[in-house]
Amino acid sequence: MSLIEIDDGRAAGATVSLAEPGDFLALMKPRVMSLVLLTAVTGYAMAPATLDPVLGFISMLSIAVGAGAAGALNMWYDADIDRLMTRTAKRPVPTGRVAPESALAFGVALSLLSVMTLGLASNWVAAGFLAFTIFFYAVIYTMWLKRSTPQNIVIGGAAGAFPPMVGWAAASGNVTVESVTLFLIIFLWTPPHFWALALFKMRDYGAAGVPMLPNVSGEKATRLQILLYSLVLVPVGIAPFALGFASPVYGVASILLGANFLRHALAVYRMADGDAAMVPAKRLFGFSILYLFALFAILLCEALLARGLGLPLIGG
Amino acid sequence: MDDDRVTLTPAQAKARRRRSIAIGLFLVALVVIFYFVSLAKMTSGWSS
Repeated sequence: MSLIEIDDGRAAGATVSLAEPGDFLALMKPRVMSLVLLTAVTGYAMAPATLDPVLGFISMLSIAVGAGAAGALNMWYDADIDRLMTRTAKRPVPTGRVAPESALAFGVALSLLSVMTLGLASNWVAAGFLAFTIFFYAVIYTMWLKRSTPQNIVIGGAAGAFPPMVGWAAASGNVTVESVTLFLIIFLWTPPHFWALALFKMRDYGAAGVPMLPNVSGEKATRLQILLYSLVLVPVGIAPFALGFASPVYGVASILLGANFLRHALAVYRMADGDAAMVPAKRLFGFSILYLFALFAILLCEALLARGLGLPLIGG
Repeated sequence: MDDDRVTLTPAQAKARRRRSIAIGLFLVALVVIFYFVSLAKMTSGWSS
């Protein structure tokens, strides 16, 4: 006798999960987590505050796990459209390796743990900021904007731009012009980065019914928007030097990287209509990752060098 | 009396064992993290 009637042990056994720990790790989008970690650590190291290495490590781990939790919630909610796109069809939920309810529970549990741990290790301003970031990505972007407007990644990009501000707040407990500048760099970088991807993955997004800009406004309008956002992004990328909280080395690097970014954006703008290969868009997408990584890596190295040599932080 | 237990396949048993080990390691990591957070907070509290 049992409370749950099971006619066939083997059939019931077939519903037992085959998920490996690696599948749950994949739910956290490790590549996105690594960029979040870099930008958060940069904000943390640049903030004018005395840092504790142990609490700093735990705080950064919390932010990375919080980003992973948001990724898991995104994969839970988007499983229906993920299985329609080649780029996402092999994710753990669409392939059935992880049950949707497991992904949801995993995301919620990690969200709570990461926010609570960040609050205990640093301060509750940073923890509140992290909670808002997870909410913004999982609810505002994933559940609302993504399927309803071609401006989805413009507004939703804020979620990916918050980590350096969370890192800064974890160190200093406040929000400053410097941390907002770091936010703006990622915020303005997101549209050209994602629209370059959307150009050569148009059919995927179209099949899934996601209203990305190329599907709604066409390739030509998207190419123009990419160029316009790039023209705004490049000066903002130079702003840390112009505002005096990055060195001339960063200034020169951001100018050179920015010029290259504009060159790629211009090549995308000049791309012929109906270009099936979309080589310029693929090149811009690849370079955009290098661009953001390089800017934040230089800022981080400068901050660590200044701390290591006992120099005052520029602008700190 | 019917045997209503679920019979796991070797693959399911292996996956469950790995998940259990991962959860165990995660809990140990949490204990270590909270230990060091407490230690660091108390140390900074004492020094100030």
